[in-house]
Amino acid sequence: MISAPEPLVVVTANGLYCPPGDFYVDPWQPVQTAVITHGHGDHLRHGSARYILARPGAGIARQRLGGDREVTPVDYGTRVQLGTTSVSLHPAGHILGSAQVRIEHEGRVWVVSGDYKRQPDPTCAAFEPVECDVFISEATFALPVYRFPETPRVVEEIHRWWMANRERGIASALFCYALGKSQRVLSELRAFTHEPVYVHGAVDSLTGVYRRAGVSMLPTLPVGTEKKTDFRGALILAPPSAAGTPWMRRFGDHATGFCSGWMRVRGDRRRRGYDRGFVISDHADWPALIETCTASRAKKILLTHGYSDALTRYFNERGVEASALQTSYGAED
Amino acid sequence: MRAFSELYEELDTTTSTNLKVAAMVRYFNTATPADAAWAAYILSGRRLKRFIGQSLLWRWLIEVSDLPEWLVEESYSAVGDLAETVALLMEGNLAAAAVVPDLPLSTWIEARLLPLREVDDEQQRVAIIEWWRTLPYRECFILNKLLTGELRVGVSELLVTRALAEVLKLERNDVTRRIMGEWRPSAEFWENLRSSEASASDPSAPYPFFLASPLEADPATLGPTSDWLAEWKWDGIRSELIRREGKCFIWSRGEDLVTERFPEVVAAAAQLPDGVVLDGELVAWRDGAIQPFADLQQRIGRKKLSPAILKEVPVRFLAYDLLEQDYTDLRALPLRERRARLEALSANAPDSLGISSAITASSWEQLANLRTESRARAVEGLMLKSLDSPYGTGRQRGSWWKWKIDPYSFDGVMLYAQPGHGRRSNLYTDYTFGVWSNGELVPVAKAYSGLSNVEIADLDRWIRLHTTEKFGPVRQVEQTQVFELAYEGIAASSRHKSGIALRFPRIMRRRLDKPAGEADTLSDLQAVLAAHRGQTRHEDPAS
Ligand SMILES: [Zn+2]
Ligand SMILES: [Zn+2]
Repeated sequence: MISAPEPLVVVTANGLYCPPGDFYVDPWQPVQTAVITHGHGDHLRHGSARYILARPGAGIARQRLGGDREVTPVDYGTRVQLGTTSVSLHPAGHILGSAQVRIEHEGRVWVVSGDYKRQPDPTCAAFEPVECDVFISEATFALPVYRFPETPRVVEEIHRWWMANRERGIASALFCYALGKSQRVLSELRAFTHEPVYVHGAVDSLTGVYRRAGVSMLPTLPVGTEKKTDFRGALILAPPSAAGTPWMRRFGDHATGFCSGWMRVRGDRRRRGYDRGFVISDHADWPALIETCTASRAKKILLTHGYSDALTRYFNERGVEASALQTSYGAED
Repeated sequence: MRAFSELYEELDTTTSTNLKVAAMVRYFNTATPADAAWAAYILSGRRLKRFIGQSLLWRWLIEVSDLPEWLVEESYSAVGDLAETVALLMEGNLAAAAVVPDLPLSTWIEARLLPLREVDDEQQRVAIIEWWRTLPYRECFILNKLLTGELRVGVSELLVTRALAEVLKLERNDVTRRIMGEWRPSAEFWENLRSSEASASDPSAPYPFFLASPLEADPATLGPTSDWLAEWKWDGIRSELIRREGKCFIWSRGEDLVTERFPEVVAAAAQLPDGVVLDGELVAWRDGAIQPFADLQQRIGRKKLSPAILKEVPVRFLAYDLLEQDYTDLRALPLRERRARLEALSANAPDSLGISSAITASSWEQLANLRTESRARAVEGLMLKSLDSPYGTGRQRGSWWKWKIDPYSFDGVMLYAQPGHGRRSNLYTDYTFGVWSNGELVPVAKAYSGLSNVEIADLDRWIRLHTTEKFGPVRQVEQTQVFELAYEGIAASSRHKSGIALRFPRIMRRRLDKPAGEADTLSDLQAVLAAHRGQTRHEDPAS
């Protein structure tokens, strides 16, 4: 009798666990060994004893975790022995240092994608397709209405919006996630201007990490170091959590914009109350999800995040074995 | 249509009124006369009747999207709007090379959409699918909105008027007057708007209504009472009565010509001299007293005006103001002068044509006291109008105030929720509330306004997690959430299970502090109804 081979990754109360390697991927509870796909809050959590992650992401992890944890950076593509498995990290194209986790055990290969995108991004290494038997993919934007335009075109729109607001004598407050999206926008904007941009404290410290990692971006000025700054005509980058708070008052009359894949849908934009929505996402859109899952040549696809149920059913109806995993990752973008 | 879709986008993505006006001005200045006329038509809130039902569009979308129906449904529920879902899904099928040259908005409507009414389903299908395949996202969205008769643009009529006034180099009042009522958009119409001596000859042309703003400040800040005209705020239909060239016309606030609905008022108006325009209120009136609005509504609802209903619910026009006399526009005169002329004019008017009497009071305290009697008098409060004020356009703050009484309110329990319309259709925003009767909750009100976006999002989440049963789009929810609801009036109704109908119910706040058991009862509401009825039957509010 042939029994089905043991899975290389299972969902436990602590998170995604690899039994033969005795480690977790992006655990949501403190564990002994955590392999981390990237530094976003829902993937990198406090309290584990040891963190293994891709070298370009080490600065972000240290910044977020503080100095007291053991952080083991590993170069992309280098194999590390964990338990009886061989583990390597491969660029996911999501943010600086983001990685897919490739797990090999007794001739079988599983890949955990973490968050990823296929669009070019000047702030991080491009996604590297990795063939595997089982592919655990994110599915944040897994509906066919999510199809993202080319980033330079959208960034040009942002620049035009900023200039139009300047003409009206008001500030432009652009909300972007502090880690990844902000730096990507600051980097892409170089095609249109050399002017400095004001940044919120949360954006400022992470932008510093990116600069030290050698990423080129527009010059930035932290908000709040000088008293009585005149923000008219300025561009300010802030995390979405700052929207509508008293912190915004210092900018006087201003227009607001939000950079996110969710801005693809008009109702989402209007409900969140921003003047403008800019469709820039650090996740894969519908065509990219299909293409990536297919290109992995996996016999089985497991899905996390967002619209995983829809993508699961879509694959199953096309004769591709797929199922959804219950995880506690967010839908931020 | 490209320029129009860009205008739509600009209007949709700013809250600045100046930017909205500037965008419209830019559009009108560069559009062809026919396009400008159609844009003015759409922007001023007029709508083309729908060309295609949603269900046909849905079927064709499934057919061309190359996606399973459930996935299109899933997409639609994330987007919440069919026109947008089509545009988003079709963008994927759009070959860059297929993008066709832009056609003017007027050509789209006149040469493509209007002829759709003359052809069968199959021809409609072929045409529409072809357009979907070739139009870029934004234009595809506008096309679908036009097809379904749902194209609404986020600008007020006042802003459109401002933009048109700037483009046409006309006074705003003049613009408002010219675009009121029914008209057919065409190049000729636009040229007529532009030529200064346009069709002023239409005897039915009304003046735009001047609207009062709600008074929030202490009335004492308005200065001496002797500078103000105080009137009751009548609960009827605001109307304009026009007597010109031997004919009578009655316009309601909604800009509908309603002359035929009120034969007794028309008969009375025949006694007026020619070249007169009155602003006033149509009210149900019997035995010297105003009757509940519900009575008036009942009469308006009748398809045919039988002698019985005319007898049962007599209507009276209560004049507020005199806008035109001897064919001369009096609106620039101070109110005290217009009022004196109005009183002289209506001195011998027949019964169905009265005047809204001035309330004399020597102090604000005295007026405040009178205001507390509003409910007993079946009026909505007081109107305060500066005696020096000209008759303005739209809502200009400062000279006319409505000093309304606080609304009635009650605590109800949420029973059902359903998705809203348009941009809110992916959220549960329309709710049904009930009150207790014999240990059971009976529905008494539907309300969909009054909550902030954050509260709505919060409630939407709660509703999805606490659904007990689904009936199509309607969800029955756990009966635990209490809301304070305000309403303007109450009437007996045999059409409602509860036996009562509330007027303008709206949500005041969510009572997270209140358990469902402490919500109001049907007998509480019946008591309000009984008091309301008793008072309006026996008192004379005109005294
Ligand atoms: Zn992430
Ligand atoms: Zn994630």
